[in-house]
Amino acid sequence: MYKTCPAATAGAKKNDRLWSKIKKNWVLYLFVLPALIYLIIFKYIPMYGVLIAFKNFKPIKGIFGSPFTDHFGLAHFIRFFNLDIFWSLIKNTLVLSLYSLLAGFPLPIVLALLINSASTKRLAKTTQMITYAPHFISTVVMVGILNLIFSPQLGIASLLLNALGIIDGPLMVLASNSSFAHLYVWSGVWQGLGWGSIIYIASLSAVPVELHEAAIVDGATRFQRVLKIDLPTILPTMVIQLILNCGNILSVGFEKVYLMQNSLNIDSSEIISTYVYKMGLQKAQYSFSSAVGLFNAVINLIMLLTVNRAARALTQTSLF
Amino acid sequence: MKTIKADKIYYTVNAAILLLLLLIVAYPLYFIVIASFSDPTLVGSGQVWFWPRDITLEGYKKILEYEMIWVGYRNTIFYTTIGTTLNVMVTLMCAYSLSRKDFVGRGIILALFTFTMFFGGGLIPTYLLMGDLNLINNPVILIVLGAVSVWNLIIARTFFASTIPDELFEAASIDGCGNGRFFFQMVLPLSKALVAVMAVYYAVGHWNSYFDAMIYITNRQYMPLQLVLREILTSQQQLMQQMNDGLVQDVNENAMIAESIKYGIIIVSSLPMMMIYPFAQKYFVKGVMIGSLKG
Repeated sequence: MYKTCPAATAGAKKNDRLWSKIKKNWVLYLFVLPALIYLIIFKYIPMYGVLIAFKNFKPIKGIFGSPFTDHFGLAHFIRFFNLDIFWSLIKNTLVLSLYSLLAGFPLPIVLALLINSASTKRLAKTTQMITYAPHFISTVVMVGILNLIFSPQLGIASLLLNALGIIDGPLMVLASNSSFAHLYVWSGVWQGLGWGSIIYIASLSAVPVELHEAAIVDGATRFQRVLKIDLPTILPTMVIQLILNCGNILSVGFEKVYLMQNSLNIDSSEIISTYVYKMGLQKAQYSFSSAVGLFNAVINLIMLLTVNRAARALTQTSLF
Repeated sequence: MKTIKADKIYYTVNAAILLLLLLIVAYPLYFIVIASFSDPTLVGSGQVWFWPRDITLEGYKKILEYEMIWVGYRNTIFYTTIGTTLNVMVTLMCAYSLSRKDFVGRGIILALFTFTMFFGGGLIPTYLLMGDLNLINNPVILIVLGAVSVWNLIIARTFFASTIPDELFEAASIDGCGNGRFFFQMVLPLSKALVAVMAVYYAVGHWNSYFDAMIYITNRQYMPLQLVLREILTSQQQLMQQMNDGLVQDVNENAMIAESIKYGIIIVSSLPMMMIYPFAQKYFVKGVMIGSLKG
């Protein structure tokens, strides 16, 4: 009769153990605290603040007290979808991100394969050292360099093209709608190519030497070995990188686009994030621009989850 | 024999592509250096290509006389040193705790962090909150705003999980060593490489960022270097002026001198970065390697 229910004692014991574990490691909780406080203040409270996207925010009434908008709080979203500029914003954002992905995703892989199969170690090391360098250049300086090199008359691009007789007169790429995307994407490739290759070089170093030796015995050329041994090895890394890139499809870096913008290329350089900045901080339309920003964030999240799912189905590799 | 010939062709093509790439990446950087030392009118008329001509330090002299550069330098050094110290401490303490298997609740906390990588409240709600906290136009904001990078946190956690075995803590705790002492006297000294990786990541981030300062700082005395550079290097009026000049008349000498000063400013502002580059590059690469491990 004195036997108690075994499950209950096990449960109580487990609880006791849990508590003693927490008590024993209280210092670890103290260690986590500063980061957690930062996370709550700077990340999670703004997530609550995004509520103003559904409201007509009045600073005096605060976020909670401000009234909801019409159409079940969706008035700002509806206004955004009906803007003349809406499709142009979407198009510009998509053009920049897809173009960046198309040029910026495969090239680091090619570079990594080339470096990994270079004939001498010195050539490989030099290429790495030099191609990593532009990664450390700040966005401001990078755009400054573009402005100098492609300056209409004094830039060396203009001088060179004039000297070769390819163009006659000032070079207008900095202030033209048609060249904005090319300039943005290829300067990005120039800056990020070497850096992007590191992760692939790291996974290439894991290729077992025996595999290559066996292939050599079978008479495979170096090029065949690159295609049949090296490339398949880095496939999982490629998938992960692709998923991460796709998750950012609508979050084109604000910083560079904003600095490259001018009144002559604005038709192709106005993207969602620069628009949010201008509407929100320059024109103080807080609720409206929060709605635009939220729309952007949600699309990104959906994109990431979709691609992740597709990757898991197709290649058994995924983020989560 | 056929494979040997094919390999020879492969290695030649491989070397040719890599060398061409080296040229494309290195030449613009090299040109900026020689242009900054050359006579502005020669640079502006396309007579400087491979080496500096009529070497002059006039441009640098003008830069050294421009006070805002030094204000920016001073502020950036301040933000970078204080900010990086804070970043590294907060990140490593948190990452270590999250790497411990006997830390109850680590799954939830890690999930809270990871979620912010993929979703956030956005610019405006954050800006309004900073206003409520009285952090606008307050230099403190540039130190606390990016206190923890989730990406770095994950790298650090992976590193601890794979290099600090559980048995080590068990042994130390039998000898009466608590968690705090264990972290500072055992874990940190064993993780010098990681500390360097984190410091370099955060420091480069602080040195190069302009966005937060552009939004939250308007007082010129608090401006970091990048914001000062932005005024000089990406000034829209100057660009427009040149566009107009270019269409109606020949560019004058003043414009050439202005351009030449910009070359010099790029050098002056990147000098610290160039000096730590060999060191930074090594640790940056190490960070990517640790990050690519699955934790």
